[in-house]
Amino acid sequence: MTPDVVVSGSLRNRLALILTGGAALLAVVLFIVVRVLAAQVAQQGQDNILKASMSSVLDTAAIRDGRVTLDFPYSSLSMLNTEADDRVFYAIYEDNTLLSGYDWLTSPRDVAPENTIFKNTTLKGEVLRVASGARTLIGSNGPRNVFVSVAQTQDALSNTLNAISRNVAFLGLGFFAMSSALAIWAASTTSRQMRRLTSSVTRRGPQDLSRFTKPVPSEMAPLVASLNTFMLRLDHSLTQSEEFIAEAAHRIRTPLATVRSHAEATLQRVDRDENRTSLQAMVRAIDESSRAAGQLLDHAMVTFRAGNLEMVQVDLADLLHELVQSMTPVAEMKDITMTMELERPATLQGDAILLQNALRNLIDNALKYAPAETGVIIKASNSPTLSVSIYDDGPGFAVDEIETLSGRFVRGKDMGNTIGSGLGLTIAQEVIVAHNGSMALTNREEGGACVTLSF
Amino acid sequence: MKYLLVEDNLELAEAIASRIRLDGHAVDHAATIADARAFVNTGEYDLILLDIMLPDGDGRTFLKQHRAAKNLTSVIVLTARSQVSDRIGLLDLGADDYLTKPFDHAELQARCRAVLRRNAGSAQSVQTIGDVDFDAVSGLLRVNGNSINLRNRELRLLELLIANKGQVFSKQKLVDRLFSYNDDVSENAIEVYIGRLRKHLEGSQLRIVTLRGLGYRLNHDA
Repeated sequence: MTPDVVVSGSLRNRLALILTGGAALLAVVLFIVVRVLAAQVAQQGQDNILKASMSSVLDTAAIRDGRVTLDFPYSSLSMLNTEADDRVFYAIYEDNTLLSGYDWLTSPRDVAPENTIFKNTTLKGEVLRVASGARTLIGSNGPRNVFVSVAQTQDALSNTLNAISRNVAFLGLGFFAMSSALAIWAASTTSRQMRRLTSSVTRRGPQDLSRFTKPVPSEMAPLVASLNTFMLRLDHSLTQSEEFIAEAAHRIRTPLATVRSHAEATLQRVDRDENRTSLQAMVRAIDESSRAAGQLLDHAMVTFRAGNLEMVQVDLADLLHELVQSMTPVAEMKDITMTMELERPATLQGDAILLQNALRNLIDNALKYAPAETGVIIKASNSPTLSVSIYDDGPGFAVDEIETLSGRFVRGKDMGNTIGSGLGLTIAQEVIVAHNGSMALTNREEGGACVTLSF
Repeated sequence: MKYLLVEDNLELAEAIASRIRLDGHAVDHAATIADARAFVNTGEYDLILLDIMLPDGDGRTFLKQHRAAKNLTSVIVLTARSQVSDRIGLLDLGADDYLTKPFDHAELQARCRAVLRRNAGSAQSVQTIGDVDFDAVSGLLRVNGNSINLRNRELRLLELLIANKGQVFSKQKLVDRLFSYNDDVSENAIEVYIGRLRKHLEGSQLRIVTLRGLGYRLNHDA
């Protein structure tokens, strides 16, 4: 947003991160739990079949003619058939002697009679599940222990597990995606409330310091409340300072006006030259100070508003027309004729009050420096760019001063008795710069000054 | 010409009123809005000079009511404020013009004249002195059936001389009375304006005579 705000993280991102992070963790846990459970169930199934197969072999063990005999029932192998064509191994011991099968499969010492144990073993990297059981046969030569182990590879089992895992993974991913979407939606809904508040504060005009009244979520209420309090205080202090300036101006200007009017009236009654001179000096001093005060206030206002232009559609031709009308009585005092050459349309987006102030200062200058019974020309032109020029028949600008005249409190030399504060051109310059334009001071070939504002 | 001055500062009001009287006009003074209303209701005025900050209210309220009551008397606001936005507001409320205090009396005169002229010059502004008709508002001089448009400075000079017929004015006095202190007017310039007026008045009963070392005087040869 604004470059002068120190930004530390984003509430929306933080919220979205926490929510999606949680969702991801949940998805992983779900995957692991389901997979472990599925593995257990599947292993149990294989174990049951292996046990049944092993038992059915063990059940056929008998002592015939003093020898232990076993009979492989067909079912004991067929029940181990799987889709993945898992391989089956077996081992049969009588006491510690291998009767048939693979001796690496198991060792009879591991198994107690009438008990079934399960274990995993590996063959060339392939996992085998082994079920072992034992039986004690009582023969004429005493008891004989028969051990049977049946083992099976786990291809079918791992196929099933993989299928389950795949499904669970899809489920987890779906869960994660949905949760993330929800999280982002929730986060942006929350931050949309903030943005709404921000934009309604931003959209306000520079003078609008009224309370913020639209409904906001309760979490934002304290922020809005303190914003409202702040605006109230700001409004209060702005009103106060405006009133103060108005009151101060009133307090200063009224006595000045009294003194000036008295001095002027007295001047009509005195005849002695030295009295006249000092009364005139007094009147001039009053004019200087009141003009300086006025210009300083205007300048303060221009500086204040320049950073915060109140843009409206301004018709420069209308503005100039009004200004000329209001200044005609002043021009008439010196029998100066103001001529307008206004090209229309001459509209632009600008701050009407500032533009009026700037143009008033320029016309005022022209009237001040132009000799009696001359003309001042006010031109508005709309090509190539919008510009306003004010020409007078005065002494013009001193060439070596043109660069510096728009500075604060800078006045031309040789200005004689003309009263001025040195702020008029400064004000005009600041206004035009605030409107992205430029001011040019030139001298006319036929004599006299020309000030041009180009927008 | 009759003025109503609405101003609560008595010192200032007295100074302005005495200066206006010096120009030969009548002035009533009201220090409050209530007084101003009473004056407006009982008397006829050509011009109202209105202060904005008054003890019993805002001069703008008076202005609004004045215009709402369809009172056409011209109003010039004397304001101690100088913000442009304030000025615009005043004109919107129906003020004919405004002037920021402290003001130059010559400018007040000029603005009064402009306002009166704009608001359809009153017929009583035409004075007849012998065979000369003079309209101080429009600046029209009629001598022997010829109409002459006077320039502003000539107009003011003639107005002063006619109002004080038979009185002697030194060049200095004329400069003090007629010109703004912002203008650099030399006493020699007075000679130029006197010369032009003499030319305009040629063949009439009015004559501007030079009293060497003293000044000028307007004579009416009956």
